[in-house]
Amino acid sequence: MGTIKDKVAIIGMGCCKFGENWDKSADDMIIDATYEAYEDAGVEKKDIQACWCGTAFSGVGGICVAGPLKLDRIPVTRLENFCATGMETIRNASYAIAAGVYDIVLCVGFEKLKDSGLAGLPAGYIHPALGVNVTAPGRWAMAATRYFQHYGISPQEGRETLGRISVKNHYNGARHPKAHLRREVTLEQVLSAPIIAWPLGLFDCCGNTDGAASAILCRADIAKKFRDDYVLIKGIGLAIGPSLGKEDADYDYIHLEETITAAQQAYKEAGIKNPRKELDILELHDCFTISELMTLEAIGVCKQGHAKEDIDAGVFTLKGELPANADGGLKSFGHPIGASGVRECYEVYKQIQGKAQLPERQLKDVKLGLSHNQGGHPGSLLPIITILGAAG
Amino acid sequence: MIGIVSYGAYVPIYRLKRDEIGRAWSRGSGGGERSVANFDEDSATMAVEAVIDCLKGFERETVDGLYFASTTPPYREKQTASLVAQACDLRRHMFAADFSDSIRAGTTALRAACDAVKSGSAKRVLVAAADCRLAQPQSGNEQEFGDGSAALLIGREGVICEIEEIYTHADDIVDTWRTENDTFVRSWEDRFVLTEGYTRNINEAIKGLLKKCSLKPADISKVVLYAPDSRRHAEMAKPLGFDPKTQMQDPMFKALGNTGAAFAMMILASALESAKPGDRIILANYGDGADAILLKVTDEITKLPKRRGMKAHLASKLDLSTYEKYVRFRRLMPLESQAREGANAFPPVALREREQLTSLHGSKCKACGRTFHPMQRVCIYCGAKDQFESVRLSDRKGILYTYCIDNLAMSSDPPTVVTKVHIEDKAGAIGIYCQMTDRDLDKVKPDIPVEMTFRKLHDAGNMHTYYWKCRIPREA
Repeated sequence: MGTIKDKVAIIGMGCCKFGENWDKSADDMIIDATYEAYEDAGVEKKDIQACWCGTAFSGVGGICVAGPLKLDRIPVTRLENFCATGMETIRNASYAIAAGVYDIVLCVGFEKLKDSGLAGLPAGYIHPALGVNVTAPGRWAMAATRYFQHYGISPQEGRETLGRISVKNHYNGARHPKAHLRREVTLEQVLSAPIIAWPLGLFDCCGNTDGAASAILCRADIAKKFRDDYVLIKGIGLAIGPSLGKEDADYDYIHLEETITAAQQAYKEAGIKNPRKELDILELHDCFTISELMTLEAIGVCKQGHAKEDIDAGVFTLKGELPANADGGLKSFGHPIGASGVRECYEVYKQIQGKAQLPERQLKDVKLGLSHNQGGHPGSLLPIITILGAAG
Repeated sequence: MIGIVSYGAYVPIYRLKRDEIGRAWSRGSGGGERSVANFDEDSATMAVEAVIDCLKGFERETVDGLYFASTTPPYREKQTASLVAQACDLRRHMFAADFSDSIRAGTTALRAACDAVKSGSAKRVLVAAADCRLAQPQSGNEQEFGDGSAALLIGREGVICEIEEIYTHADDIVDTWRTENDTFVRSWEDRFVLTEGYTRNINEAIKGLLKKCSLKPADISKVVLYAPDSRRHAEMAKPLGFDPKTQMQDPMFKALGNTGAAFAMMILASALESAKPGDRIILANYGDGADAILLKVTDEITKLPKRRGMKAHLASKLDLSTYEKYVRFRRLMPLESQAREGANAFPPVALREREQLTSLHGSKCKACGRTFHPMQRVCIYCGAKDQFESVRLSDRKGILYTYCIDNLAMSSDPPTVVTKVHIEDKAGAIGIYCQMTDRDLDKVKPDIPVEMTFRKLHDAGNMHTYYWKCRIPREA
């Protein structure tokens, strides 16, 4: 088997302002994000040889981005892999470049959720009996319940640790000009907020957001023509299983098994032996706070069953040993489904370049980062992990 | 000898105090409480409960027929007995029929079952009566009605209670009714209903039965008597020559209410719980005529395996704290619906998957022995393809492995407790992902014991979708 390591470079990225973008259509956001990426990379539309776009609910077919961007008779593929749709565009585009077929390609992830009138996500096909009353917070809350029970953590203690994740991500998001929910919250506020699905409260759940993010990828060997501070793809992992964990009695609701495997795949390609020491930044798919906690263990940054201690000790704050979700994560930056996976790379890309929008957000000496995008729920996950590294 | 081989009963867990109904309407209270079907229960699901209770200790494959009796079948057109049979996992080659439209439907079905056994066309026939009648809000019926079910297994062998004689007459009268367009039960003026309907017919039937059998009231141990309310019940004993204190089986008005087509059979189940061999019981039922049935308890009754019946079900209860909750359970008011489309229904899916959805079967892999639900063609444990047998999971015990208490999920009784149950199995636990019902949130904890119960999930697509949920066992 080959490896993607150092074969593909990201030379430009863009991200529109995430939020309840009542004044913007999906097309507007696609244009905003993509033209920022063009400018960042120093390329034009005519340089793009192929495009991969991703949306879960807001469009079908490649024409959903070819239209607004006026891409002219090039291959355009629309992808969908639940909430991991965004990073799928980068993953698929990377292999096309690595195959030597294209030199420069475009990735666009987007989602327009707020036009639907729904507070949550559109449902799609629901099994008449087996799919009833299955909600995303409910599915993650079931993991939280069992995790707390297994490790002898009282629901109150557990909720406090999850609350710290929320406080951290809101603190970080409040400092990012493009984030959706830009305000800090206190632990007290988090713990006293309405319960969505016990033990998860309002602040344990990410926002429902409009947004788009784009990336320009090229062959690593030509990246220097565009800029010196390009970012290299060091490894990619994606692991999807039968997704029967919610029914399979052998699934324990304590491990995120697919994520463990996806991380191992990515680390192997990137040559990472000790992720806690080697990684400088983490972008984790914190659709729910319990997801961030369990992912920290699944990617080997915390020992299984010990994430609580590290979270309580502030290891993942902006000034901590290994900052996680420096841009606010899904919790605060927002979660436009198809856009999130690209946004999760956008933050690591900017931090590696030393171009975080505000000085107070800029982390020091970021050389290697992990971006994690994820669809599904415990027991039926679709996690993608991309390791990004500085050029040279 | 033809008679009752087994009995079962079911009372929904929720009770609504009549004082609370009185409070809601600034009216008097009849005192005590009435049973209220949970929002996910109807006559079909309650019949399933009673049948399963009735079949405790019996092989389900031995049932030759099922008669379902109710004035509130879930469908106007489409049989309910077949649904109850499928949920109870009875065998395919049996007859199923609905008896409906009269609160006397239960004993009508009982008579038909006796005739079937007597004729030799069947050895064992189940009669399941269930009702969940909607009373006009603010009416007296609203306090008097209750919800529940009972089931009797009729056969020739192992008879615990012989059916000695049946007296029946038909009597056409419009006293209590619903037309095609009525949601609520209508009644004519009280005095007319009681004198010309109930009292006249019951008198005629019981006297007719005693005369037919050359018996005196003193020869009867207990009278199981349907009555619309407690006052009418109390008034009947003396004129018929029975001692109200010793001969009348308690109709449980204070704890249950009038459960329509199921009522007489539920009182009978209660009587059988304390009956002794040799007891003579009269079962008298009213509705467009009357039935009076003479029963004689046999020695076999002492051998019947323990069941929940009326006693345990009445003892296991939750207080439906407010009338408003009752309004929500019975959908008496249009409520704010969420924009999210909550559910859908497809008859082909319901048909194709009825073994796993309605009968709650799992696939047991013949190669590795592990069982999975929903059924899998390719075994998740050993990879064997199409090597499985279909096995029943509905009657197995389980534990609550994990859960959430979801305020986001749409429900007539939020929050929704969504669970993963681990069903016990020698080859390794079987997971079932389902909702929990009849739940007392204070008692919901990881690893508590649970059992499965057949419930209605939703009415999407103008059809009813049923599936199984878990609950804390209904032990007293």
